[in-house]
This record gives sequence, structure tokens and C-alpha cells, in this order.
Amino acid sequence: MKLSSGTVRLIIPAASLVLLLAAVFYMQPRAMSYTGLNLLFNLAVPIALATIAQMLIMSVNDLDLSMGTFVSFCACVTATFLQTSPGLGILILLGAIAAYAVIGVVIHIRDLPSIVVTLGMSFVWGGLAVLILPSPGGTAPGWARWVMTAKPPLVPVAIVASILIAAVTHYIVMRSSFGVLMRGVGGNDRSVERAGWSVIGIRAATYALAGFFAILAGIALVGLTTSADANIALRYTLLSIAGVILGGGQFVGGKVSPIGAVIGALTLTLAGSFLSFMRISPDWQIGAQGAILIVVLALRLALNRLEKREKSQ
Amino acid sequence: MTETLKREEVVAARGIKVTFGAVKALDGADLVIHAGECIGLVGHNGAGKSTIVNVINGGLSPHDGSLSYSGSEIHGISAARANGVRCVFQELSLCPNLTVGENARIMHAELKGWNWRGRALSLVETQLRDIFPGHSIDCDLSIDDLSIAERQMVEIAISFAGIDQRPKLVILDEPTSSLDAGLAAQLMAYIRKFVREGGSVLLISHILGEILSTSDRIVVMKDGRVVADRAASEFTTRSLVEAMGNVVREQEFSRAASVRTGEPVLSMPPRRGHGLAFQAWRGEMIGLAGLGGHGQTEALLDLYLDRNSNWWPTRRGEIAFVAGDRSLNGTFPLWSILKNLSIASLGQLSTKRMVDRAREETLGAGWKQRIEIRTPDMGNRILSLSGGNQQKVLFARALATTASTVLMDDPMRGVDIGTKQEVYEILRSEAANGRTFIWYSTEMDEIRLCDRVYVFRDGAIAAELVGEEITEKNVLAASFSEGDAA
Repeated sequence: MKLSSGTVRLIIPAASLVLLLAAVFYMQPRAMSYTGLNLLFNLAVPIALATIAQMLIMSVNDLDLSMGTFVSFCACVTATFLQTSPGLGILILLGAIAAYAVIGVVIHIRDLPSIVVTLGMSFVWGGLAVLILPSPGGTAPGWARWVMTAKPPLVPVAIVASILIAAVTHYIVMRSSFGVLMRGVGGNDRSVERAGWSVIGIRAATYALAGFFAILAGIALVGLTTSADANIALRYTLLSIAGVILGGGQFVGGKVSPIGAVIGALTLTLAGSFLSFMRISPDWQIGAQGAILIVVLALRLALNRLEKREKSQ
Repeated sequence: MTETLKREEVVAARGIKVTFGAVKALDGADLVIHAGECIGLVGHNGAGKSTIVNVINGGLSPHDGSLSYSGSEIHGISAARANGVRCVFQELSLCPNLTVGENARIMHAELKGWNWRGRALSLVETQLRDIFPGHSIDCDLSIDDLSIAERQMVEIAISFAGIDQRPKLVILDEPTSSLDAGLAAQLMAYIRKFVREGGSVLLISHILGEILSTSDRIVVMKDGRVVADRAASEFTTRSLVEAMGNVVREQEFSRAASVRTGEPVLSMPPRRGHGLAFQAWRGEMIGLAGLGGHGQTEALLDLYLDRNSNWWPTRRGEIAFVAGDRSLNGTFPLWSILKNLSIASLGQLSTKRMVDRAREETLGAGWKQRIEIRTPDMGNRILSLSGGNQQKVLFARALATTASTVLMDDPMRGVDIGTKQEVYEILRSEAANGRTFIWYSTEMDEIRLCDRVYVFRDGAIAAELVGEEITEKNVLAASFSEGDAA
């Protein structure tokens, strides 16, 4: 059977996740349990959601450098307004989604580089987050806490959530008409425009959807940590980009994979735990995490090259 | 003629004027297309063909003149599409990351609701079988897994397909540029069938034989105006070329008897373990012929990488490359024309590793004049040029270097005949000065200009033709000789 290039791109991320998991189980057999798996992966849920948001932006050839501060902002809103006066909180979050749509429209109409616009926006979101929560605090809404600490039978909630996120976004991005149009804009926006579609509308909707998933990431994060802080998710910007790339996505050309992105986010989280199990001192952990990234990406490049050679024969 | 007048007007564009800055792209052009006819549109690069196509498909609003679809005056892309106008563009315009079916979804907004994937697939597959019987395209693949010819076939099929209503007018802008002779013939036959059933086709092609044999009526454009509009039977190749403003130049077949001195400058063992070996001597012009996509481009790339390491650029470029697919690996779209031209010769234009602006501009001005790049200013963006003129710039880029060998990957795709003749002459004189040209071309006229021709079949060299042996008959015979037994 001939594998499609999309499936081939998923093999490396899936294999690296399995390999890392096997290594973790080998070093710490007690992780091979319900609680163990939940502990290993529960921080992956907000990262996976943020990675999906980033992937949506990347599918229209843009990049969101404000992801970290935006998730922090959403976390702060969740821990304050959404908890004390849900109506106002929901209104703020809807406003944030609208703001994302507007950013998409502005980037498209003015033909601005998304990196510059979102870098600017990252200061806006960061500033708003500090205004809402000048010092760490707030409380998670009960329902968010309940969802994130639920104990479904057999499979821990972190795994269930990851599979659910992957399935839902796979449907939206890879199967639905809207997903086709979105990836079409990434692949060749002129052709989409010539076919009579509104590229502005598609971009705005993509950004709004990304904003929605980033908000979910913020809520999930607060559900886990029970309180928020204006700087809680700063590293999500780079983690989300790394997750998309690790999962087989590409910066340009509309080649993205939601399942890959979730796997990428899980791999990144697991890499951190793996290094702790290896008793690598925290000073070296970030460097070692980078090394893992490089190895996986090198594997993918090698596979791409192999694929190309096969095609030319 | 009276019968033609009675037919329904699908699109009527009258007195259209479009200006881009100082350039008058269209200067009062008229084009009326009736139902059930195929119109051939010919003209130089920059004559305004692409512009009038963009006006008809709604992508450009005319600055003056009237445009109506089936009698009603409305504008815009969606209005054009609602009136059944479809367009296959010169540069491939599918989304490379999507599958064939998903591309059909983008082109056909009606494909919505439950199981649109299944319906899109059957739509494209039926249409592909109709136009290109016996094709072997897997419609589940994404576009960038397909070859350039297959992409073109898919795009044509998607444009001809109709769900609720069949398209009324299909505009084909150089549809056969990447198709080989067999596929092109299938397409032409389908166009005739489509027209017989009442559809209309606007066919733009540089291959005059196609235009003459397929169209009912031929419209010749020149400098933004329509200069001739007559029935196809009233034209011959010669009169068509004359109408375009080209003087037919008698081809000179004065090939220099190739003097082989010393070692070949380039050589390559037989490819894929069979066929002939490749060798090139100094001052030769070598053609790579055969049907499209039979390994010519790969052979050129291998020759190039053989000399220029993938990892470490050689200090002195002894080999230059003219790309065929200019949007993929030719132009730097954000740069000016001059920068696009001089990029390959920056080494020789620099003093102390700094680019000498004055010398760069002299070089640009020289080439602008020599191959007539139609622009008021070499500082304009490369995308402000028409397709053919962009290709000329790429050509000048390679010729401006000091490279002794120039590899050309079908570089004349979409270049008008007048320019081609000028470039051929430049090539001849450069070859006489000792440069070697290795030239993959899909056009027989160009192959006939070469001193020696290697015919490719199934990725290997099947035959070598020298001097007077280079005829269309021999090339075709070598391309097909073993039939499907190979």
C-alpha cells in the first residue's frame, strides 16, 4: 500500500513519542500506572491546546509570537473574572477572540508580517495580564478544576483530553470544508481568491479559531494550577511552535497536522520528565531538551530526503 | 458570419482600457465570445493577453469600456463565475498542499454538505477520464506529489467539470506548456467536443499549430489592441506570425561543423544503467529532446550538482542554470529586475567584496537593451513584468555570468517568437565564442537549432542525433520507438 505523504510525516513524531515513553517506563516502571501517566501528561493538555492554536495560525502561513502572553492573559481572566462574575469573564474572552479576528484582518489587508504584529500584541496581552493580576493569585473556577482533575475509568484524563483534542481538530482542519479552505490559503491564497472565496474572511475565522483554542489552553492551565500569574505561560510561544514543527507541520505552505501537533506537544512535555528521570541537573535540562528537538527534526529531514529520492526514481 | 452573430454572447468586452502606472496594458481592446465557438488568442508577450483574460474572469476592473456576461453588465470574480466563466492560468494555480479532491472543493463552492469528498473525487475522476483517457493520476494524492504535467491535467479537468451547471466559457492560458504531444492532442480533441456541445473556449497558446487546428476564430493582439479577428481558416502559420508583427525569418541551418577538441567539458555515464552516455564538448549546443517528463530535467540537475557541490559553493561558477519553472526556482519575487538579473554575477561585479553599483547598472542596461526587457525602469519589481519578460531576465542572468557552460531547463516556455529569435541568435554567437549550451526543450523548433540532440525516453538517453539527422520525424521516432514494451 502506498502511504500518503501526510501519513509519512506522522511516523517520526509518533515513533519518537513511543521511544521516549518506553525510555521513561524503563527508568521508572512506576510511571506505568494510571496516576503515573496522568502526572506525566497532565501539563501537556494546555500545551497541546496552545500548539493547536499556533498550528491554525501557521496553516495560513503566519506565526503567532504572542501565544505565550495571550495564554497567560486568558489564564488571568479565568482565575479572576470568569470565576467571580462568569458573564463578564465570557464577554472578555469573546472580546479576545474578536481581537484575534481583527488581527488576522489587519495582517491580511495591510499585508503586514504576522511576526511583527503578534510580537507587538504580545506586549498588549502581557500588559493586560499584569493589570488584571499584578501579583500571582486568583482561583480556578470550580468546573475548570473539576474537568482537569476528573478521574475517568481506565484511562487518565490527560490522555482522554489529548485524544479528544486531536480528534476534534483533525475533523475541523483536515476533514471539514473550512479546514480545506484554510489550508488552501496557506498553500496558494491567489487560487482560493480566484475561485471566488473571501480570503479575508477565511483568515479572520482562522485567527478567531486560534484565539478560541488559546483561551481553552489558558482555562486548562488554570484548572491544573488552581491559580494564575501574569507570566504563567510565557514559554508557550516557543513550545507551541516547536510542537507544531515536531509534529510534522511546516512554517509555510499550509502543511499542518493536528494529530502531529498534539503528539508534538506530548513529546515536548515528556522530554522534560525524561530528563528529570535521567537526573540531569536543571542547569542542563533546557540544553538537553533542545538536543532532543534537534535529533527528532534531523530524523524528519532524513525521512523527507528519502521520500524525495524515492519519488525521483 | 451571420450565423455567428445570431449566437448568444457569453462574454462581450468592448473598448476595454487598463493601465498599470505608465504602462497601457490594454488600449481599447474588443473581445466578444459567442456560445459554441473556440477562439484562439495570440500575441506577443506583453501584448495584453493575460490582462484581457483577467478582465474577463473578473480579477481586474477595466478603467474604461464595457464588459457584459450574457448581456448583463456586472463585475467581479463571483459575477464572472456565476456566469460560468472558468480559467486555467498560465502558472499553475492549485493549492500544492491539498489533495486533488480538496482542490476541486475550493474551485467548486457547490460541493458542500455531506460526503462532499466522495462527490469531489468522482467529479474529478470522471472529468479526467473524459479529457485524458488512459491517464494514471491517483486523485487521493496531494498536488505536490504529482508531476507538473499531471498538475496541469488536474487543473484543466477541475475547470471543465461542472456540478449544477457546466461552465459556459473556459479560458485556457497556455494549457499545453507542460503537456507532451499526446496529452496536448487529447486536450485539443476534448476542446472540439466541448465546443460542439455548445460551450466556448478561449485558447491562448504560443504553439500556432494548436491554435490553427483547434480554433474557429483567431484574435490577434498587439500592444493592448486587437489587430486581427478572423476565421481560423483564413490564417496560415505565416500570416498569423505576420499579423502579430513578426517578420518570419527563414531559419538558418548553418550549423558549425562541431570541432571536438580535447576532453569533453561535461560527461555522464548512461543513466539508470541503460541507454547512451552523455558527453558535451566546448562550443556545442546540445538539445535534450523527447516527451515531457522523461528525465531531462533530472539529467540537467545531475550535471549541475556534479560540478557544484551541494554543500560548498565553488568560487568560480563554471556552470550556470536557467530554470524552467520560474515561480518555483527562478525569480526572487520581492526583488527588482536588476537584482534578479545580477544575482549570479555578483562575484565579478564586486570590488573588495562590495557590489559595485555602477557596474551592476551598466550590466543591467546592457541586457535590457540586448534582449528588450519591456520595462521603463530596471529598478521595478520583477513581478511587474509579464511572464515572458520575467523568463528573459532569468535568461540574461545566466548569460551575464562568466560560466562556460549553460544548462537550460525549457527556458523559452511562454516567450514570444520574436524574442525567441533574438535569443537564438545570442545563443549562436555565444556558442561560437566557446560556450557550451545544454538545452532541454519541449519545442521542436528549438531542438532543430542544436548541433547535437540526445533523445530521452523513460529517464535514459535513447538516441543521439547529429546535424542533419535532427528532424521532427527522427526525434519522435526515437521518443516512441520501443512503444510500451520498454
